[in-house]
Amino acid sequence: MAGRAQGEVLVLEEPLSLWGGLDVATGEIIDKHHPQCGAVVTDKIVVMPFARGSSSTANSLAESIHRATGPAAIVLAEADEILVLGAIVAGELYGQWCPVIVADETTRAGLMTGGLAVVDSSGVRGA
Amino acid sequence: MTVRLSDDDRALLEGRSGDGLALAMRVLLAVADTMGAQELLDITGAHIDGCLYQGPVGLDFVERLAADGAKVRVPTTLNVASLDLMHPELFRGDPAEAAASRRLMQAYENLGCRPTWTCAPYQLAARPGFGEQVAWAESNAIVFANSVLGARTHRYGDFLDVCAALTGRAPAAGLHLLENRRGQIVFDVSALPEALLNSDVVFPALGHVVGSRAGKAVPVLVGLPAASEDQLKALGSAAAAAGAVGMFHAVGITPEAPSLEAALHGGAAEATVAVTSTLIRQARDELTTAPDGPIGAVSVGTPHASLAEMRRVVELLAGRSVSPGIEAYISTGRDVAEQAATAGLDGRLAAAGFTVVTDTCTYITPILRTTGPVMTDSAKWAYYAPANIGVEVVFGSIVEVVESAVAGRVRRDAGLWSD
Repeated sequence: MAGRAQGEVLVLEEPLSLWGGLDVATGEIIDKHHPQCGAVVTDKIVVMPFARGSSSTANSLAESIHRATGPAAIVLAEADEILVLGAIVAGELYGQWCPVIVADETTRAGLMTGGLAVVDSSGVRGA
Repeated sequence: MTVRLSDDDRALLEGRSGDGLALAMRVLLAVADTMGAQELLDITGAHIDGCLYQGPVGLDFVERLAADGAKVRVPTTLNVASLDLMHPELFRGDPAEAAASRRLMQAYENLGCRPTWTCAPYQLAARPGFGEQVAWAESNAIVFANSVLGARTHRYGDFLDVCAALTGRAPAAGLHLLENRRGQIVFDVSALPEALLNSDVVFPALGHVVGSRAGKAVPVLVGLPAASEDQLKALGSAAAAAGAVGMFHAVGITPEAPSLEAALHGGAAEATVAVTSTLIRQARDELTTAPDGPIGAVSVGTPHASLAEMRRVVELLAGRSVSPGIEAYISTGRDVAEQAATAGLDGRLAAAGFTVVTDTCTYITPILRTTGPVMTDSAKWAYYAPANIGVEVVFGSIVEVVESAVAGRVRRDAGLWSD
């Protein structure tokens, strides 16, 4: 799902279940088993392999976008219909669009936590 | 967008049947595209779990869909909600949340969904037949539909379930397609001791073993002598909780697995796991967070109890009552509860100290009063309850659960768990 976003990169080394793993009130990762536990996804370009867990992850993503604690965009290694679902529902209901895109390994490897990136219809690149 | 649209799909997308249906079609197509579907297919029914209140977005979404009077196009059942409408006094949570939950439930009824409020829609009289394409949400119901009924649904949930129900369409992808229903990982249980193989408890424990190891793959069980629908329900719900299993095959038992070759679609297994009694005991221990000792409650009926399971609890009680101070719950759908009442089971359960919960379940909403360990025969309940409602849990067989309820402390059946 395309759209345009710009922000600081946050690389998640492992898949995250947003349901139970993200505090939608604060945008903080609260999954104690996750290497980026404690990081905040709000307004970040979140790079991760894929989302783990149940279909309720769609609800968690939509809730976080609605509360303005969600990511600016999500960059994945493989297509994930659950994240697309959460993002499109938030966009349709509230006009808050969070692009969810797939990028190859080389592109993802060029994205470092703390750097700036832009996501648009041509993909993701450093800014 | 690479999904081919039928004329009717295009008409819905263009808003000729209203803005609600156009929204449903846009969401459905975004997901279909992500799943790599070439087209949408017709469904004959849907089961929705979006009726469980999780926050304002779910409510905003269904109210937007319903704003111009949209109705579901296929017969649609509803999963458990946050409230027991038949026994509202059981809810111990925030009244504002209860009001929002009630509004959400009403919104789904307004769409023309049947107020079934059960996670076991396959226990209703009308259920999909072999080969039927449906769109079901709720992980245990998905597994049961695919595996036991031989109906076909992908793993749906929040938001998409209602879009499919409103449009009567689903992405032609995932478990809707025969090639994705091929068994991949074989679990051989033939070496398990007789006592375990003939018990009820082996099914949820085995489901936990399978779900933990299969992830998203389709598992194939070999060596099960026989299984009732209730036992397959326990197996599937446990596998779906511990992993992302959307269907399994049980050779000689489930309809797409008359033989191992058929389950594997003539191919080779990607891996084979020999299930030992050690693995089954490990599953029991992984599903248990409290030591054997005093308990505060027992909870059975996750997924919702069948009439046979309610009868079995009455038989195991054999006229005895739950120990004073111990809470005992049995969750079921309102349809089954009505059958149980007709059969006189509800009075006997109440007399023994069991509370019948309908429309919801004891691990997703505040009903329990105790904070003490809760004993259950459900792997799914044991998997989710500690995080959801903050209780310690002890997993055991239904015999152990009833004996423990009567004793007020954990009673184990040593013969069941030894080699």
